[in-house]
Amino acid sequence: MTRRPPMTTLRTLAAWLLLTAALAAAAIEPLNFDDPAKQARYERLLHEFRCLVCQNESLASSGAGLADDLRQEVHRMVAEGKSDAEIRDYLVERYGEFVLYRPPVTTRTYLLWFGPFLLAVVGLAALVIAIRRRSRRTPPDTLDDSERERLRRVLDRHREP
Amino acid sequence: MRFLLPLGVLALILAFLGIGLTMDPRKLPSPLIDRAAPAFELPTLRDPEATLSVARLREHPVSLLNVWASWCVACRQEHPVLMRLSRRDAVPIYGLNYKDRREDALTWLQRHGDPYIASAHDGDGKVGIDWGVYGVPETYVVDGEGTIRYKHIGPVTGEVWRDTLRPIIERLRSGNG
Repeated sequence: MTRRPPMTTLRTLAAWLLLTAALAAAAIEPLNFDDPAKQARYERLLHEFRCLVCQNESLASSGAGLADDLRQEVHRMVAEGKSDAEIRDYLVERYGEFVLYRPPVTTRTYLLWFGPFLLAVVGLAALVIAIRRRSRRTPPDTLDDSERERLRRVLDRHREP
Repeated sequence: MRFLLPLGVLALILAFLGIGLTMDPRKLPSPLIDRAAPAFELPTLRDPEATLSVARLREHPVSLLNVWASWCVACRQEHPVLMRLSRRDAVPIYGLNYKDRREDALTWLQRHGDPYIASAHDGDGKVGIDWGVYGVPETYVVDGEGTIRYKHIGPVTGEVWRDTLRPIIERLRSGNG
């Protein structure tokens, strides 16, 4: 294999990235409203829902066929003047709460919502306890006479002639 | 002794990660289980004048609604199993032909066989959305009341039939579902 100068490889890579990004963008057909308020609501809602096909993408960014259909459904409901809650219920009824990127706070999701804070509190408490214990264990930083004598001898030995 | 606590915490985290790794994130529990099957009335694949609705499924104590498409690769994989089931009259199977072109779907059935009593043609996938379809093939078990009792996501293999679907169907048929 011939070694190409690194810039050419980089340029090829950049071209590929641009091309794939353009393709991905082309897959999502924009749906528009005349009313900017509705447009903003529509776009905000799309970011709140998960695409069921590519599960780490929202409806706003997914190029999957189902995401396209669901965008149309959300568009229709926003145009019909449905409330956010109604649109959310529509999707949850069909696909379950997994479709929501922001899961609701229920008894089932307490651990999910508050677990990280709980972990932080436990971690901080453990840290404080550990530091306190260590400071109690360290001996006092004053030297007795024999130690002082030893220190002086060591320092003398290493003094520049 | 002083390593016991960190080790315990590590073991706990590993246990959770282990559980997470063995779960398939593609298989989501359907909120439609034990709820009435969403109503639909669609033209059938073979005869666009005739329609198929949930009422037809309710005629049987238990039936399957299999979501399929000619463009779906995994549908090819499960097809021989469905064909075997239909030849043995194991359970009435209806089809929901999802986001497909009628000609493509009919050609596909001609080539691979037709295990369905009838297939509804859901060209734009609207009924699929009502049923919460997100990964074809999917198979719903519907009882005589028109209630969805189970949903299988992915191809129906011989194993899935033997270990999952058949026991559910038998339980429903014996009336203590």
